[in-house]
Amino acid sequence: MGILDFLTQRNKNTANVAKNRLQILIAQERSMRGAPDYLPLLQRELLEVIRKYINVDSDAVKVGLHKDGDNELLDISVALPDKAAPAANG
Amino acid sequence: MAEIIVVTSGKGGVGKTTTSASIACGLAKAGKKTAVIDFDVGLRNLDLIMGCERRVVYDFVNVVNDEANLKQALIKDKRFENLFVLAASQTRDKDALTMEGVEKVLKALADDGFDFIVCDSPAGIEKGAFLAMYFADRAVVVVNPEVSSVRDSDRILGLLASKTRKAEKGERVQEHLLLTRYSPKRVEAGDMLSIGDVQEILGLDVVGVIPESPEVLQSSNAGVPVILDETSPAGQAYTDAVARILGENRPMRFTTVEKKGFFSKMFGG
Repeated sequence: MGILDFLTQRNKNTANVAKNRLQILIAQERSMRGAPDYLPLLQRELLEVIRKYINVDSDAVKVGLHKDGDNELLDISVALPDKAAPAANG
Repeated sequence: MAEIIVVTSGKGGVGKTTTSASIACGLAKAGKKTAVIDFDVGLRNLDLIMGCERRVVYDFVNVVNDEANLKQALIKDKRFENLFVLAASQTRDKDALTMEGVEKVLKALADDGFDFIVCDSPAGIEKGAFLAMYFADRAVVVVNPEVSSVRDSDRILGLLASKTRKAEKGERVQEHLLLTRYSPKRVEAGDMLSIGDVQEILGLDVVGVIPESPEVLQSSNAGVPVILDETSPAGQAYTDAVARILGENRPMRFTTVEKKGFFSKMFGG
């Protein structure tokens, strides 16, 4: 193995890349776990409706279901851009 | 009380059936009366790995449908007199297994004095996989050190915590992680997730680590579960895993790169 091979190989730890990707993905999937199946669809449709009026990022709408004692709480948050620009077709 | 262990993974091809066969043999060898059931309806394969494919007359679905009794359908292993195999049906009817039917068979086995019932789950998260895990007291989640397998295992761990009888009663299925096809050499080279990585990602300790080894394929070729190959690293690693499942404390083996000695370096070995 040449010195060059040795040096480039050190940067090529794909196991670490795998670990980082999995940690992010699994954290996200766990947060959605147990939630009803309609949540992703609800989130997408809400985004479409909001985008009719305001230009928001595609990850601006967050939908979650939480338990508050005996009550279930549907938690919807919409992050508006710094300067809320009306949508072009709005 | 019969203890029900499901061997599951989500992803296919990670070694569920190999693991089911070896764990069942290991439990039987430890003196436990054991039944191993193939839940993969339509894709029967446990019989091949166990080496009893030519002795299947009646199967799991026959017993569920009362077309045969349990005694007729249980195939007695030729190596251990306290080990029995219940083959999957080759029917294409996906609804051949029902919750009531599975419960009936499991109860009959428990009444018959079985200590352990090993349920070999099909891949996926559909009905067969759901039924295989529903009644489990414990789960062995088979995982390869590879991204899609780890992700699917996490999904399965989520289902075990919500879609099982234990979960519905507010209890927990006891989960064990079994890492298979592990290559210490590739881990050292940074090409493969390590045991620590997988444990950290899934938040669960491993109950065994089975090294990638040629004997696994040789054993399935021969229809002799690899745990019975006592000279192979994979066989020994399965023996350790079964001992740990039975509560023994054993150190992990075959998880680090073997340093070659001077002679084997010189002459190959």
